[in-house]
Amino acid sequence: MGYNVKAFCYQDSARRAHSIAAQGGINAAKNYQNDGDSTYRLFYDTVKGGDYRAREANVYRLAEVSANIIDQCVAQGVPFARDYGGLLDNRSFGGVQVSRTFYARGQTGQQLLLGAYSALMRQVGKGAVQMFDRHEMLDVVVVDGKARGIIARNLVTGEIERHGAHAVLICTGGYGNVFFLSTNAMGCNVTAAWKAHKRGAFFGNPCYTQIHPTCIPVSGTHQSKLTLMSESLRNDGRIWVPAKLEDAKAIREGKKKGSDIAEADRDYYLERRYPAFGNLVPRDVASRAAKERCDAGFGVNQTGEAVYLDFGAAIERYGKLEANVKKIENPSKEKITELGTAVVSEKYGNLFDMYENIVGENPYLHAMKIYPAVHYTMGGLWVDYNLQTTVPGLFCLGEANFSDHGANRLGASALMQGLADGYFVIPYTVGDYLADDIRTGPIDTKRPEFEAAEKEIKGRIEHLLTNKGSKPVDDFHRRLGKVMWDKCGMARNAQGLQEAIAEIRQIREEFWKDVRVTGKAGEFNQELEKAGRVADFLELGELMCMDALNRNESCGGHFREEYQTPEGEALRDDANFAYVAAWEWTGDAGKANLHKEPLTFEEVKLTQRSYK
Amino acid sequence: MGNMKLNLKIWRQTGPNAKGQMKDYPVNDVSPDMSFLEMLDVLNDNLVRKNEDPIAFDHDCREGICGMCSLFINGEAHGPARGITTCQLHMRRFKDGDTIHVEPWRAQPFPVIKDLATDRGAFDRIQAAGGFVSINTSGNLVDGNALPIPKDDADKAFDAATCIGCGACVATCPNGSAMLFVAAKVSQLSLLPQGRPEAKRRALAMVEQMDKEGFGNCSNTGACEIECPKQISLEHIARLNREYLVATVTKE
Ligand SMILES: Cc1cc2nc3c(=O)[nH]c(=O)nc-3n(C[C@H](O)[C@H](O)[C@H](O)COP(=O)(O)OP(=O)(O)OC[C@H]3O[C@@H](n4cnc5c(N)ncnc54)[C@H](O)[C@@H]3O)c2cc1C
Ligand code: SF4
Ligand code: FES
Repeated sequence: MGYNVKAFCYQDSARRAHSIAAQGGINAAKNYQNDGDSTYRLFYDTVKGGDYRAREANVYRLAEVSANIIDQCVAQGVPFARDYGGLLDNRSFGGVQVSRTFYARGQTGQQLLLGAYSALMRQVGKGAVQMFDRHEMLDVVVVDGKARGIIARNLVTGEIERHGAHAVLICTGGYGNVFFLSTNAMGCNVTAAWKAHKRGAFFGNPCYTQIHPTCIPVSGTHQSKLTLMSESLRNDGRIWVPAKLEDAKAIREGKKKGSDIAEADRDYYLERRYPAFGNLVPRDVASRAAKERCDAGFGVNQTGEAVYLDFGAAIERYGKLEANVKKIENPSKEKITELGTAVVSEKYGNLFDMYENIVGENPYLHAMKIYPAVHYTMGGLWVDYNLQTTVPGLFCLGEANFSDHGANRLGASALMQGLADGYFVIPYTVGDYLADDIRTGPIDTKRPEFEAAEKEIKGRIEHLLTNKGSKPVDDFHRRLGKVMWDKCGMARNAQGLQEAIAEIRQIREEFWKDVRVTGKAGEFNQELEKAGRVADFLELGELMCMDALNRNESCGGHFREEYQTPEGEALRDDANFAYVAAWEWTGDAGKANLHKEPLTFEEVKLTQRSYK
Repeated sequence: MGNMKLNLKIWRQTGPNAKGQMKDYPVNDVSPDMSFLEMLDVLNDNLVRKNEDPIAFDHDCREGICGMCSLFINGEAHGPARGITTCQLHMRRFKDGDTIHVEPWRAQPFPVIKDLATDRGAFDRIQAAGGFVSINTSGNLVDGNALPIPKDDADKAFDAATCIGCGACVATCPNGSAMLFVAAKVSQLSLLPQGRPEAKRRALAMVEQMDKEGFGNCSNTGACEIECPKQISLEHIARLNREYLVATVTKE
């Protein structure tokens, strides 16, 4: 568009943003499969899937531009999966009944990101974009009420830099790492968004967190992150735990194996509770059900926090089908297993390999063990229809904003939203904003506002380095993560949240007194990077708990134990809580000011989600 | 399998211009279930507690897809296992009492930043020289299905496109050549009709930039293919060579 752009990322190359890890796919209402899909249907599914806590207008626009995204990516050279006719292939994904998901094997995010990266590098080559990798944004500078630049730290030299701009776009991803363990990359952080919040941008629905049901369980205290196993596994895998407590205990003690448990003694709890959707219920429902069984003592690994994802039945079923196709009469059990294993391997081979590599156990022979893990944050900076925050000139895109997914995100729709924001929304809205600024000359970074922001950052770094504390940063991060997971995770209640707030304050206080950060400010210093991020998580965590405490209902990923139906399902309170909670920073993490944006539904009728 | 004692020998270098050296770090109590990087996390945690400078190394996704991790372990890029990155390597690959050498990528175009972290900016500059389709972002596009692409071509393009830009190929190559990396991108885009029109220009521009960055020549040793965590095939180098040859001949 002819703007001069400076782009920043903390990795050593823009090609490594965490979008690269997205596996399953991206939705678009193309209706190539002619199975009744439409813009309206995608819109409707997204609003319903979000448990009626998203803005209708935004979601409708998202559904409208979804088809353009696919065309754009194809034009960039993204190698989507194709069928033998050479046309784009689709699959059904994430609890919807149409095939609208486009994919590139299990690496859709990688291919979409590399497409965007190549377009970016083209602009870098032309000199239109200046790329600052290994740079971390540490503050937004606001001048006369408008965002006018940022302060960033050069992570190689440690230099603190000022960059002036007429508008600032924050596209910094999600904050799932507030839980310490999540499926996010190690560097994912809330710092840029949080600093924007402290400079006046409201934070929307911080408590809405998505916990993904199929991740590899924690193996020990050394665990640094969790790995997602694609949701597509639930299409063929059956989830179960032993029906008898003594069997579960024997398994945990290593005295029995999953295969020792007779069919009649297995509890396929999703099929039992949700006969219509079975193992394919949405993520929030599947995750809570796993937690419920494990809390009741039926977990199947040493820590008691794992359930089985079993392909035994699928292997048998596929094996028999194959035998039929190959006209093998009366196939032996071994033959059926052999044929079925080949089919399962063809479909999910790379995932099975990944599992075996991490866990060291062959998932064709032994049922996989899985457990829910933090995956995505629906909350984020509050933005208007133009993706502008409450600070003029400060925009927010992608997972970092709160828009579109309400209280729960459906599979394959984060990539859709991020690319919609970046390719088809912001080019129009930012131009609109800049039109009024056309006569503003270059931004002078010597202004006192830049001076003050830089001084504040340098002071904070100085404090961290000269603190002479005794404990490494990760100690505090782990403690925070445990509080968040136990009390603001899959299930929450008022008492737990109040305790969590007190505990987080305590950890924060200890952090500033006792954290030890080695090394110097003017060098490549990964401990210092971590410390800055954890300091911000320690404030965000408190706001998440406050938001969860304020929302006296259950909706989507936010499950308050006090508000459930007699069958244990989430109970919304539309009369009192059909609003976006937009929190304003007032100088102290515990004293945020709540603003409510009412949600009105003109198109979609609010109903209780049911997957029975 | 019980916990292990290991003797690590790790490259320490305080900055780009400093002289580096291998240093010994005995570690105890390494669980076979840890990943290699988690084992380094534990070591770093201990170093910080002793007020020593922890070891700098690059990593981010820790699931083998971002391409950030980059360790040369016992003389092999990404360590002894095939088809995986450093972050996917688990300690059950090693035995109690093993000595493990850990070094950064060593290649002149990848200078060391600190300890085990190197600067791979040269890859970005090669990409900026031509690793793209010249298309602007707009709402006026042809439909994604307007141009059918034979499944075989789409699959081959995908295989090439899985390169994660880690640089193991360069670190492994005795000549420090970046041919496998460049070939993967050139091959992906030239296999697709969208990328075809600029195929010649792209091959010339990317190779020219590669030479400018100081990468060595390809002498077909094939070491890169073996160490590449994404098993990018040498076939792509052959395709790049063809594109390049045609481009130079038709340029005259
Ligand atoms: C394992 C996994 C699988 C997933 N699978 C799917 C899927 O199949 N389909 C789907 O639709 N979604 C999926 N998602 C979700 C989706 O991938 C993400 O929500 C989405 O990619 C986020 O994109 P983003 O551009 O907002 O953020 P990111 O891709 O995380 O990019 C953030 C960028 O901001 C930069 N940055 C961050 N902080 C700073 C700072 N302080 N200073 C400077 N730069 C900074 C980073 O360097 C990075 O470049 C998955 C997520 C995970 C974790
Ligand atoms: S070709 Fe292989 S080794 Fe080289 S950068 Fe790509 S993924 Fe890494
Ligand atoms: S850390 Fe991302 S590939 Fe290893």
